[in-house]
Amino acid sequence: MTAASPPEILRAPLVVEFPFTRSLGPVQSAFLTGLREGTVLGVKTSDGKVMVPPVEYDPVTAEEIRELVEVGATGTVTTWAWNDRPRSQQPLDTPFAWVLVRLDGADTDLLHALDAPGPDAVRTGMRVRVRWAAERTGAITDIACFEPYDGPAGGEAVPHDGDFADAVTGIVAEARLDYVYSPGRAQTAYIAALSERRTVGERCPSCHKVYVPPRGACPTCGVATTDRVEVGPAGTVTTYCIVNIKAKNLDIEVPYVYAHIALDGAGLALHGRIGGIPYDQVRMGLRVEPVWTEGGRHPDHYRPTGEPDADYDAYKELI
Amino acid sequence: MARYAREVAVVAFAQSDHLRRTDELSEVEMVMPVLHQVLAATGLKAGEIGFTCSGSSDYLAGRAFSFTMTLDGVGAWPPISESHVEMDGAWALYEAWVKIQTGEADTALVYSYGKSSPGSVRDVLTRQLDPYYVAPLWPDAVALAALQAQALIDAGEADEAALAAVGARSRDAAVANPHAQLRGPVPQGDYQVRPLRTGDCPPIGDGAAAVVLAAGDLARRLCERPAWITGIDHRIEAHSLGLRDLTDSPSTRLAAEHAGVFEAPVDTAELHAPFSSQEVVLRKALGLTDEVSVNPSGGALAANPMMAAGLIRIGEAAARIHRGASRRAVAHATSGPCLQQNLVAVLEGDAR
Repeated sequence: MTAASPPEILRAPLVVEFPFTRSLGPVQSAFLTGLREGTVLGVKTSDGKVMVPPVEYDPVTAEEIRELVEVGATGTVTTWAWNDRPRSQQPLDTPFAWVLVRLDGADTDLLHALDAPGPDAVRTGMRVRVRWAAERTGAITDIACFEPYDGPAGGEAVPHDGDFADAVTGIVAEARLDYVYSPGRAQTAYIAALSERRTVGERCPSCHKVYVPPRGACPTCGVATTDRVEVGPAGTVTTYCIVNIKAKNLDIEVPYVYAHIALDGAGLALHGRIGGIPYDQVRMGLRVEPVWTEGGRHPDHYRPTGEPDADYDAYKELI
Repeated sequence: MARYAREVAVVAFAQSDHLRRTDELSEVEMVMPVLHQVLAATGLKAGEIGFTCSGSSDYLAGRAFSFTMTLDGVGAWPPISESHVEMDGAWALYEAWVKIQTGEADTALVYSYGKSSPGSVRDVLTRQLDPYYVAPLWPDAVALAALQAQALIDAGEADEAALAAVGARSRDAAVANPHAQLRGPVPQGDYQVRPLRTGDCPPIGDGAAAVVLAAGDLARRLCERPAWITGIDHRIEAHSLGLRDLTDSPSTRLAAEHAGVFEAPVDTAELHAPFSSQEVVLRKALGLTDEVSVNPSGGALAANPMMAAGLIRIGEAAARIHRGASRRAVAHATSGPCLQQNLVAVLEGDAR
């Protein structure tokens, strides 16, 4: 047992990217297809209000609403906020105003960006018009932004059948978020020890079980685990399965054996691949040891030590 | 007390110090101390808790099912009755309160936590917006709050000086709060998104909080002066910002009506207003007069750990009742852009 002197806390970039594919209903499809065609559509509620951007259900009555209307591509700013330092994925890369715009003929507001020379050029009540994106695909970004406009106001909303050739029926909502992940004290110690080809766990001060990998807490006692304990290197296969399906991007021949391995001194089993023995000869109780590859940050697999098998009673609590 | 089937009180509250970064702590390492504090305050052991409920967000952690990372801290083996909300812990408290009302539990442990430091929380929060019309534009949390602030200014309900005063008063109050992240005078700073300056915006930080709820006589045994939840309700507004009057918060007002806020005066209000302008909106919605002590803890402008700051408002209000500094308090929690969702609770101490 060693005192838990904290190594330098590990940190690493973690990028989460997800391209959600989303279906559009009839109203959203008409609206986004309309943007592609340079037409702004809204939807009319039963009490005659025009919602832009359109919603599929009346926010007051929850009635389904499908009556499409065309509104102007010009409108009035109802509130705004000056964004001096645009963030990377926002509509403009030069300073701009966020605006809520009430398009001519609409009774609700659309959120978008306004291209203006500076905050002094923006005010609530100012007139603006849509600046269309050069390439349009049927997405809210088909509106590149709004721009100041001093021409005449558009008229009333007029009925529109919402029919367009080749309607857009879905969008792909791309997102990327960047994180710097830190695993915290206990897992940092575990990972740091692996770099020296050692496996460390932590002992619960209450029930004395040794957790590996340690996460800093004993789930039975709900207290912090503190005493660092080196376990292994050898261990016992407590249970296993034979994998017959090759995973994408995984350079391991099937079938192979994936096992739970209770390292000597550990209070629970961790998992790893078993090698160096035909897959159909792996068994519960098999004694194994880790095999490291050059530069590997964790054991590549475990192989038989050649010792006699462990007695079932010696590991049955760890299955 | 006749409003609900059972009397339920907050009997203990604890929170971490709220810090800009906590790289040395995993989620469970951050949460465990506050869990231990509330259990110690009540004398309850982990295994004696009837129901456990937590609030947190995968988008802050950048990983799926991130709440499972903290279950080790609540003694989840042997199996316990447990649940989670992907929201502020105030909503976890609501679920726990319902669980006690149904009679399925007599005590509940509620906790929540957020580590904003691994990611860029301004960008992360854009992922809760309408994915069709809004999220592709990436309007960050400060930008949306700034639109609301400008609407208030246009309506003549605030000006930049009044907003600055809200921030200054909050951080002055936070001097007495050892857990707060920003305490005392803080420069009002440059515009983040005009009209909001740095001083109008909450600090970004990591933190955790925990509360124990108990029913009836058990609450009286566990706590000298329980903070009875005599009313609690939560409401939501239309998702689209363009459908809403940003200068008002009808959902807060409605929740307050259902929670009985207006039936008698309150002496304390803990409001979850991450932006100075939002305090203006909430004061109006709740009809708070100058006699009410608003955010004596410093509020979210002094510490705003995501997913915990709302639960902390309930905890701070309860703690004030525990120590006899308040008789009847209102606590408010919010989630989503521009006060999208709002929870209101009334907490009362026994007369003495």
